[in-house]
Amino acid sequence: MKIVAVCGMGIGTSVLLKMNAEKVLRTLGVDADVEAADIGVARGMARDAQIVLTSEEFADEIGEVPANVIIIDNFFDLEEITAKLKAALPE
Amino acid sequence: MSDTLADELSDDAIVLHADASDWRSAVRIAGDALVATGSTTDEYTAEMIRAVEELGPYIVIAPSIALAHSRPSPAVLKTGLSWVSLATPVEFGHSANDPVRLIVGLAAVDHDSHLATMSNLAGVLSGDLDRLLEATSAEQLREIIRENTQ
Repeated sequence: MKIVAVCGMGIGTSVLLKMNAEKVLRTLGVDADVEAADIGVARGMARDAQIVLTSEEFADEIGEVPANVIIIDNFFDLEEITAKLKAALPE
Repeated sequence: MSDTLADELSDDAIVLHADASDWRSAVRIAGDALVATGSTTDEYTAEMIRAVEELGPYIVIAPSIALAHSRPSPAVLKTGLSWVSLATPVEFGHSANDPVRLIVGLAAVDHDSHLATMSNLAGVLSGDLDRLLEATSAEQLREIIRENTQ
């Protein structure tokens, strides 16, 4: 499974999201490839991803992609990330 | 790299209980601290402010916390961090996480060299923010950060 973490610049917020998503996926025992991307390349990368993690500002900009776009409010809240990822993961 | 987050924050990188009238002035203080440590030029501070103007307040990544940054550019001389706590919180216009009480300034020369720092930062900032914000000296802040770094 491929997951893309998207932010404005690809060096700060998306990197934090990627690290915390990987932490959560390990706990859940889910095997997934998480990549960080800036909004410029995100749409292309999201095309073959199952899940996109991002903040509210970028959810609209990513536009129509097959991936499930999830908005994270608190990047440090592993409980929020866990709950939202769990809901989006295929059974 | 054996540097811990606390060691990376020199006295020049830390501004405590700063007075900022709005988010721009708060980001500017974080940018000035990056300049003071030799990490960036003034142009990078302008780039950080432009990023919010163009992309929105997405840098407010958790309640009370903003991670001010822009992309790697010639304005970045070396990877660096700054830490600015505010005397009075400022609004960035974020729907969930306003108002902001802590600005962490980040400058990176590329996409990978600062990953260990980011990992440490995530660990520290998911801890007790109130205690971090109460620090009244750079040494005290570093001590609290050390206690929260595994």
